Amino acid sequence: MGGRLAAVIGAGQTQLAQRLYMSIAEMARQAAERALADAHMDWNDIDAVVLGKTPDIFDGHLFPELFLAGALGAVGKPMIRIHTAGSVGGHTAIQAAHLVQAGVFERVLAVAYAKESEGDLNWSVSGGGIPFYSPLVAGPGGYFAPHIRAYMRRADAPDHTGIHIAYKDRRNALKNPHAHSPIPDISLEMIEQSPILWDPLRYLETCPSSDGAAAMVITSERYADAGSAPPAWILGSSCRSEASTAPRRDLVNPLGGREAAKVAYDQARVTNPQKEIDCAELYVPFSWYEAMWVENMGLCDEHHGWRNALEGKNEIDGEMPINMSGGLMSGNATGATGMIRLMEAALQVREQAGEHQVDGARVALGHAFGGAAQYFCVWIVGSNKPR
Amino acid sequence: MREVAIVSFAQRCNQSKWREGNDIELLIEPINHALDAVGMNRQEVHFTTGGSNDFLAGQAFSFVRALDAVGVHPVRDDSHVEMDGAWALYEAWVNLQLGQIDNALIWSLGKTSLGKMDELSILSLDPYYVAPLGADPDSVAAIQARALIDAGRCTERELAEIAATRQEAALQNERVELPSAKNADEIMDEPYLASPLRPSTGARVTDGAAVVILAAEREAKKLCERPAWIRGIDHRTDAHPLGVRNLTECPSARLAAKRAGALGAEADIAELHAAYAHEEVVLRDAIGLSDAVHINPSGGPMLANSVMAAGLIRFGEAAQRIIRGEADCAIAHASHGPCLQSNLVALLDGGN
Repeated sequence: MGGRLAAVIGAGQTQLAQRLYMSIAEMARQAAERALADAHMDWNDIDAVVLGKTPDIFDGHLFPELFLAGALGAVGKPMIRIHTAGSVGGHTAIQAAHLVQAGVFERVLAVAYAKESEGDLNWSVSGGGIPFYSPLVAGPGGYFAPHIRAYMRRADAPDHTGIHIAYKDRRNALKNPHAHSPIPDISLEMIEQSPILWDPLRYLETCPSSDGAAAMVITSERYADAGSAPPAWILGSSCRSEASTAPRRDLVNPLGGREAAKVAYDQARVTNPQKEIDCAELYVPFSWYEAMWVENMGLCDEHHGWRNALEGKNEIDGEMPINMSGGLMSGNATGATGMIRLMEAALQVREQAGEHQVDGARVALGHAFGGAAQYFCVWIVGSNKPR
Repeated sequence: MREVAIVSFAQRCNQSKWREGNDIELLIEPINHALDAVGMNRQEVHFTTGGSNDFLAGQAFSFVRALDAVGVHPVRDDSHVEMDGAWALYEAWVNLQLGQIDNALIWSLGKTSLGKMDELSILSLDPYYVAPLGADPDSVAAIQARALIDAGRCTERELAEIAATRQEAALQNERVELPSAKNADEIMDEPYLASPLRPSTGARVTDGAAVVILAAEREAKKLCERPAWIRGIDHRTDAHPLGVRNLTECPSARLAAKRAGALGAEADIAELHAAYAHEEVVLRDAIGLSDAVHINPSGGPMLANSVMAAGLIRFGEAAQRIIRGEADCAIAHASHGPCLQSNLVALLDGGN
């Protein structure tokens, strides 16, 4: 890993839901306050703020970092606004870590949010109208469903895999106090009988569209050692992007994801991720993407993603727990979603994941992706300080 | 800190309406020129990041297509800020400190003619309390100009003189669309845009794109005979509500300048992201520039306010003069938000 050591010493998030009676500033501040409280820190202890957010068009406010400067305690401090599509929460946390690893600042607050209820996400991402670019008139599901079909054919996966993954995630979501509209009596039949939105994806295999914010306090070794909260040491992190249109782009098992994982593993000195990673929280907006991303991250052999899911290996008490928080089935506030994935990995190695804690998790992986499967972030966190 | 320098810069047009292609196509030429100038190709770039805003293109994720222009194929370490590209430069500078990359390409893009900046800018004000008032950017800027005049810090005439000087300089800049310069008398005869600002003392919004290449240590020396070394860089933000700020001062610019080592520095030139004449007055005092510092020799952003790119262009213009040997020390500044809310300052020099 380049630079100095950095660790997560505080994490906080809001409820994922439609927060019609909460302003953006209130929501973002609530997550930040919770992260600060967790870190036993005050606003004055923070040196710099990194804010992440999906497109301004989603909720109709241009440059929201400007009016949020006060709510996020950034007055007199540096505040930078990252936007890299759905992976933005991941980039935001990693950029906050870079500020510490570079030795520029010692205590950085990373905040990410989205308030989807103030806009229309499916309309916003459907865009089109640009010459020579394919218009995406069916929302994200319309874009991703054909790639799921390609995976099914390539890996010879049975049709019911997605239902089982959604069932696992929706049961995990019941253990997550922040989950958006959890379904207490969830069953395989209920998922199977929910309407098809984009073949092969059913309604209950699809993430909800949520409002929500997440925040993390990332500090240097000095503050991580001195703090009363157990730190999650950042062992490795990386971001990789792919072109929109390029021949031989593999949208089922993208090179960007594989490279991002490889770089993060190398930094964390993980040589056998299937053995050395205790659990992983992946950005899975549609059930089937768990099978695809588990392979993409090298957490199972190629074409085995669906087998592991059907054999129960990705359950919280399984061999390789995936999406312990319920993943995106417990809510998708796009701007915050990537950060919540990285945060869940940190919570696991800090043993602060509550009911969705994996026993003995020491090294965990957090993952985010965005765009048309173009932006990838991976970070590996651990409970032991690297030497 | 690892020594990092600007080794290359290129910009496109800064004209009121660029009709030859879409927003991403606007980027191709400056990317090619910036790379050619240091003999690099796209595959040799270690990290790319940029600054743009989806609202300008009227489409969410518009920046994603820039990945094709910068050529990340097959994969690249990459990022994007929804701010002026100068903040992307800051991000790249931070990442270069980690020692995993030795160079970075920063792009910046604003095709403002696709929409109505006057209407869009309103959406950048506090969405609950201020945006509904519908104050356009010229009116918001005029509040600050009026505060300065009321405080006795400048007169309308002095603002006209600043604008006339910048127009004179801009005539020498082929990247600014200006057939002839006005003198202060002519500017004083212009009708108000928003009192006390007139068209020439206000910002002229343009289409533009810019690219800067950063490199660290040996890589910088290899790529460029005389790199513009970043000796200090910092950015700070002030509160958003205009009512809680003393608009005649700019504490964020002052603090950023202090931390960058630029406060009162004896620089040869300063490229200030002052889109309005009075913003120069605020920034000159906040950064502590003496009369010896030549402000905005490029003509500055008043005539070429390529939104999202104008700040990065300041860094490029300042660096370019060092690279060419026309200056030894320069201050580069970028701003973001109404009435100079956020500010980024760097001190550049050509020494070893």
